[in-house]
Formats: sequence, C-alpha cells, structure tokens
Amino acid sequence: MPEQFDPETTEDVRAVVADALASKTPLEIAGAGSKRDIGRPLDLNYVLSTARLSGVSLYEPDELVLRAGPGTPMKQIRLQLDQHGQMLAFEPPDYGPLLGGGADEGTIGGIIAGNLAGPRRIKAGAARDHFLGVEAVSGRGEVFKSGGRVVKNVTGYDLCKLMAGSWGTLGVMTDITVKVLPAPEKTRTVLVSCADAATAIGAMTRALSSPHDVSAAAWMPAPAATRSGVSYVAAAHTALAAMRIEGIGSSVDARCAVLRDELAEFGEIEELHTHNSLTFWSEIRDVRLLGGETAAGDDAIWRISVPPAAAPALLERLQAGLQIDAFFDWGGGLIWARVTGMADAGSYVIRRAMASIGGHALLVRARRDQRSIEPVFHPETAGVERLTRNIKDAFDPGKILNPGRMYDGI
Amino acid sequence: MRMPDPDCDVLSRRGEIIAALRRIVPGEGVIAEEEELRAYECDGLTAYRQLPMIVVLPETTQQVSDILKYCHGSGVKIVPRGAGTSLSGGALPLEDGITLGLGKFNRILDIDYDNRCVTAQPGVTNLAITHAVEADGFYYAPDPSSQIACSIGGNVAENSGGVHCLKYGLTANNLLGIEMVLMDGEIVRLGGKHLDSGSYDLLGVVTGSEGLLGVITEVTVRMLRKPATARALLIGFPSSESAGECVARIIGAGIIPGGMEMMDKPAIHAAEAFVNAGYPLDAEALLIVELDGPEVEVDELIGRVEAIARENHADSVRISMSEEERDNFWAGRKAAFPAVGRISPDYYCMDGTIPRHRLSEVLTRMNDLSGQYDLRVANVFHAGDGNLHPLILYDANKPGELEKAEAFGSDILKLCVEVGGVLTGEHGVGVEKRDLMGEMFNEIDLNQQQRVKCAFDPTQQLNPGKVFPTLHRCAELGRVHIHSGQTRFPDLPRF
Repeated sequence: MPEQFDPETTEDVRAVVADALASKTPLEIAGAGSKRDIGRPLDLNYVLSTARLSGVSLYEPDELVLRAGPGTPMKQIRLQLDQHGQMLAFEPPDYGPLLGGGADEGTIGGIIAGNLAGPRRIKAGAARDHFLGVEAVSGRGEVFKSGGRVVKNVTGYDLCKLMAGSWGTLGVMTDITVKVLPAPEKTRTVLVSCADAATAIGAMTRALSSPHDVSAAAWMPAPAATRSGVSYVAAAHTALAAMRIEGIGSSVDARCAVLRDELAEFGEIEELHTHNSLTFWSEIRDVRLLGGETAAGDDAIWRISVPPAAAPALLERLQAGLQIDAFFDWGGGLIWARVTGMADAGSYVIRRAMASIGGHALLVRARRDQRSIEPVFHPETAGVERLTRNIKDAFDPGKILNPGRMYDGI
Repeated sequence: MRMPDPDCDVLSRRGEIIAALRRIVPGEGVIAEEEELRAYECDGLTAYRQLPMIVVLPETTQQVSDILKYCHGSGVKIVPRGAGTSLSGGALPLEDGITLGLGKFNRILDIDYDNRCVTAQPGVTNLAITHAVEADGFYYAPDPSSQIACSIGGNVAENSGGVHCLKYGLTANNLLGIEMVLMDGEIVRLGGKHLDSGSYDLLGVVTGSEGLLGVITEVTVRMLRKPATARALLIGFPSSESAGECVARIIGAGIIPGGMEMMDKPAIHAAEAFVNAGYPLDAEALLIVELDGPEVEVDELIGRVEAIARENHADSVRISMSEEERDNFWAGRKAAFPAVGRISPDYYCMDGTIPRHRLSEVLTRMNDLSGQYDLRVANVFHAGDGNLHPLILYDANKPGELEKAEAFGSDILKLCVEVGGVLTGEHGVGVEKRDLMGEMFNEIDLNQQQRVKCAFDPTQQLNPGKVFPTLHRCAELGRVHIHSGQTRFPDLPRF
C-alpha cells in the first residue's frame, strides 16, 4: 500500500511537494480517487490526496461565482447550487460506476483536472470554459495563481486552461474558482427514431443549426436505447436521436412544438417531459447506456472527440474492424464506444481510422496491462509533442507529479 | 515606457536582413522606406510610437515559417501585427525588430455548415466572418467594438470580448483550432473542427497570449445560429447604486441577457449630444438590457426585467418595439467613445474588471480621483460581466497632461485589483499595463507564466517587451531551486 499524505492547507501541499522534489520522489495526485484508473498505471509509493482541501469558501449567486478547495465533493457543490437554482453549466459527468466504482464520489478537482463535460458541452463549453481562477503548487514546489474571480479577464497567460485537462501532471490545485449559471426552469427532449447514424446526424445537424437553442443532441443505436431506465426510450426498440430543449416554460413548449414539426421528416417523433428528460440525459452524461457495466473482463471504453459530420463514417469503419457498442453525444462530436475481445483494446483500429479525420480518442477504461502498453491519451504530432514536453518541464521539471500518467515522462 | 535595449549588431545588419527577407517575400512585401514604415509606428494605443526596423507582409504560411526560421537563426526579433487595433500596444514595434503583418492573409478558407464552423486566414476581419455566413442565418458571436476593422488572428492573440460575452463567451470559448508558426519556423496545428484537446490545452493558453508564443496563420471558429429575435430595454436610474442593484437582481432571477451595458451621467450626456438617441438626460445611470432568443422567451423576459427595474427605482423604462428602435437604443452606447472624443481633445480608455457588487464604491472612489487629478472621466460598463471602461478626458497638447492621465489610469486599475478584480478584461496587457502586472501577480506567478513563454519561444524573440515587466532568461527560469524542509521520504536517497 502506498503511503498517503493528506495536507489540509496550501502550505502543507507546498511542503510535501518541495520535499518530494528534493528527494526525487514521484507523487500520485488524487482527490477522491474516483478517476484514478484513467491513464497509464502509476505504481508509486506515495499518494498526495487533496481530499482535505475541501469546502466552498465563496459562493455569490448574484455574481455567478463559486470558489472551493479541489477536494470538495461534487455532491456538496451541487446541493449548494441547487438551493439558489444554479448549476455548473458544463454538466460535470460522473464516471464512477463506468470505472467500476461507486456513484457520485468525485470532487471538483477531479472534474477540472480531467476537463470533463457532459451533453451541454456543445452549447455551454467544457470545464475549461468555466474555470476562472486557480491557485496551485507546481512541481517546483512553488505556489502560483492565475486568473481571478471575474468572467472577463485577459491579464497574463491563462494558466487555468493548462491546468484543466492536465490530469494532475502540472500542478496540485489548492483552490479553484468557477463560473456558475442559472439552471433551466424546464427541460424537454424531442426523440426521433433514426435507424442509421447518417440519418441521425442529419436530424441533429438540422436541430443544432436551428434557432431553437438546442442544448444537447445524442443518438443511440437500438441496443443502447434499450438499456435506458426511461421506459419510452427503452420500449421504442429502435435507434433514437434525442434533442434537449431547456429554459423558461413557455419558451420550451413553443420551441419543442416547432422542432417536432421540423424533424418529422427524419422519423417518428416522441417527447420526454422534465423528469424523464433529466433521467435520460444523466444516462448519456454518465455513460450508462453502453452495457458491460462492470469493469471486469476485456471490455474497453473509448471517448472519441471528432468533427460531428465525420461520426457516421468513422463508426462504420470501427464496426468493420471491431466488435463494438457505441452511441453519439455532442451532435455526433463525441463517440462513446465499448470494444470487446481485443488484446489491444481496439487501439490500432481506432487510431488508424481517426488519422484522416482529426480529433482525439481517450482510452477511458481498459485492463491495467493494456493501459501500460497501449497509448491511453491520443498520440500527438511531433511539433505538438515537443510543446507538451516543454510545458511539462516548465511546471514539473523533476517529473514528480503523476509522472507518466498521460504519456511516457508526462 | 521602457522597451528592451536595441541590439546594435542587428541594426548594423539591417541591409543584409532586408535582402534576406526579399528572397523569402518577393515584390512589395518587404517595407524598408521610412515614410512607408510610418504607417506601422503604432497601433490603437497611439500614445506610444516607434518606427519598426523593417515591415514584412508575407502571403503564405511557408513564407511566415521561412521568415521566422531566418530570424531565429540570425537573432532578429519579431512583432506580429494583425489589423493594428490593439488598445494596449500589443503591436507596438521594436527599433531593432521586424513587424510581421498578417494583412495579406485575408481569405475565408472554408465554411462548414455540417460542423458549424468557419476557417479563415488571420487577417480576415471579425465582422467579415459574420458577413460570410449571415445570409444563411449564422453569425460569429464575439463582437469587440472594433469588429469592423480588427482581425480574427488579433482576436485570438488578445482573447477579444465584446458586449455579448456573458451569454456567448469570449474568443477562447468560440475558438476550435489554429495553425501557428513557432519562432524556429515549425508549423503546428492546435485543435481542429472537434471539441477540446486530447492532451494539454495548448490552444487555450495561446488564446490571449498577445503574440508572444507564435504567429497564427489560420483560425477555425464556431458559428452560431442567429437568435430568432432580440429586444432591448432602456432604463434610467437615479443612482449608479440602484442600477447596479438592478443588474444583480436580473442575474439573481436566473436571467442571462445577451447584452447588459451601463453608462454614467457624463457618458450619457456625451452620447446623447452626439447621436440624439433619446437618452434620459436627468438619469445618473443608464442601463441597456438586450434579451435575445426565441420570440416567446424574449417577450416573457422583457416583462420580468421591466418588473425588476421598477422594483429597483428605475425612473424611466423604454422597451424597443422594432428593430429600428433597438438599434437606436444601442446607437448612443456604440458611439460612446467617439462621442467622448468630441467633448475632449483626447481620451484614454481603461479596461479593468471588478466584481459587480463593488461598482458604486469603485465609481465613488474614481470620482474622488477625478477631482484629485483634475481630469474628467466618463464610464461605460459591460455591466453583466463587470468589465469597466473608464474614459479619462485630457488634452495631449497641455504639457504633463498625458502623464497625469496615465497616472490616473494606473490608480483606477490598482483600485480594480484591490476590490477583487483584474487589470484588463479584454484589451490585453501589451506595453500599457505591463508594469502594473505586479499589482496582481507576485514574482512566482509571473515566472511561471514566463516559463510557458519559454516552452514556446526559448530564445524570446517573439514580441519581447510586452506583457512581462521583467524579462528573465529562459535558462535562469528553468533552474530548479530546492527548498526542502524535512525529510518526509526517509526511505529514499536525498541529493
């Protein structure tokens, strides 16, 4: 068992990291550990947990701003925001069960470190777009800050952008400031039966190009739809495209009515009201419709970001080479795929198929031995790889923070 | 404003450098005559001027790469320049530097409706992107007030905003990908037509890096469908406190307007005298609230905002009943800068952001400063996101008055930081606010930012003298200092 440090203050974090730097001791950085198995395996002797850097230190609903320690549970933040009818608009997902762990255990630090976002990404942005300010300890054992508490700020380099999505490899965040937004009063979902991916992309493109302010668009092939806990979706026994409309009541009703008419040419139309909509989109957000729920076995899970219009052709190529279960989020811009029975987790086929399309694929879940051998994060071009290494050196020259989690040496 | 000392060796090789550049960019693309260089001596911040050593106007990415490779090899500094509309001196030339203008990169390369994005060369203006797609009902959301002239490449370099930021985000939130040339000539692509990065968000940190990390040669941005409708309210208040409270209550009620702008009395009067928009001259503060979206929604929200305004002591409320009337509401606000230019020989535009609830306190203290410096000030304010634009009125022909205006401006920005805000919301640091960076960041913060600079440009030849008050050599910044207290890792050998 690795030894764990549980610092309670920024100064404690700084002291631990400085000592680790002096003794060349690599540290695994973790919050609640709910996403620990994303990335290349670390096998380190020491863990630095941010779990005790917890609590909301500032929340001003009228200013749309919230500041919290990285170890603050998402559950707690959500409860506080709920009381004021607000939300984190990027719809932070919970991959706990997908990764074989418990539900709702994650922290704000983990969400930011992974730059994760749910279905509303296409309208509201990802974690990076709501991340206003940070205090962190770099691998140099120094406390630095960037950004602030206001939305509009171009003072100095935006180091928040680098911290978001760096998976703990650049710094240990000790304080996080995010933008919050009002939650919608009402939510509805227009469902369209679309047997194939190309028709679904057509319907989603139509919806997302409309003035109806669609806040999410997903497509599930029949097997995925059947796994839904929403009876309308499961009982349809067909592939479905889903478009979410949110906002004030009168507006949602009016937009749904028009959208239903506009999408009728693509297939049969159904509509989910608020309760079922919330359930359904949480299933999409948390990736609960892929099947093979347990982390055991040879199933690998991929998260693939591509230009939306390229999704159907890519899926076809993947289906030709792999045994695969998939669905689309982000209007086709995000493909979630479960690959069965491949020694390389499907890596070769997926990376090759993407080469001509652009985008990136993250091997979110795979056996430990697969994650040690196959690239988990998307391979970069030579020029970008050089910049990535330089950035790592700029923040963590001693390679002591989650070293090797993303790439060899990074 | 002190800039890095010019390198005499480089200046003495000027003829040779011109010849080398002419081999890369044939024809008229290399400018070396003083009278032609004059056009590049400043940007939108006209108080600072410097003739560049040479101006080069390449037309292809390969030429940009060849120029940078040559300059990298021969130790010549580069100042990238888009349309030259920076309000912070981001494109201020260097005496021993080459100003690299992207004006000939003026084509839209791809309009992709299926992926809802536009790819353009960096010299295309912000507004031209909207023009290219508006016939099909789309637009590009960030709308800096210079949008008719400013370039999309410059928007990326400065992370430009506009009046619609609160609802639609800044450049960073609407940018999908770029092609960029590094100082050593290497061409890299960051992002594309997909969302987010598969590794470090290099695109995110390049956005707003003020031309210090690379030269942008191609930009891909998201286009949005135009909202079905937009209507505005013009609300007069007896005090800036009640206007500020109204803004807080609107947002507290869960309403995010497409635009929410405030003007103080001097700005109202200047604008009204200029465009006759029908602004209430007795109001101490004026609020323009624009709601956009589906028609039913806008109609309902207009009603809700009106009710909130009346509860917050509004003296007058007008609601636009036509596009013409809405444009009229905005006419005064949009003309605020030139309007102020009419009542004063010169004005100096500041750009701090503050937490909104500190507004009335900041305005009061700004008034005190105005008396102290004996200079008038008019305020326009992106009220939704707290971005304040005080316009300091002065006369550059009066000796010492520019210096006084600058000192007043510095005090305002320090005040913004003191109340929890920042030095610049959308205009950038450039040279203008470079020496104020220490108000917001300590040395460790600034060094960490400079290490990012070093990761992209280790020889620091790109736009030196901007953003950072002190230039450290990259080798010095890269050194690791060990400050270890006690041994927490006893089983491991120490240095």
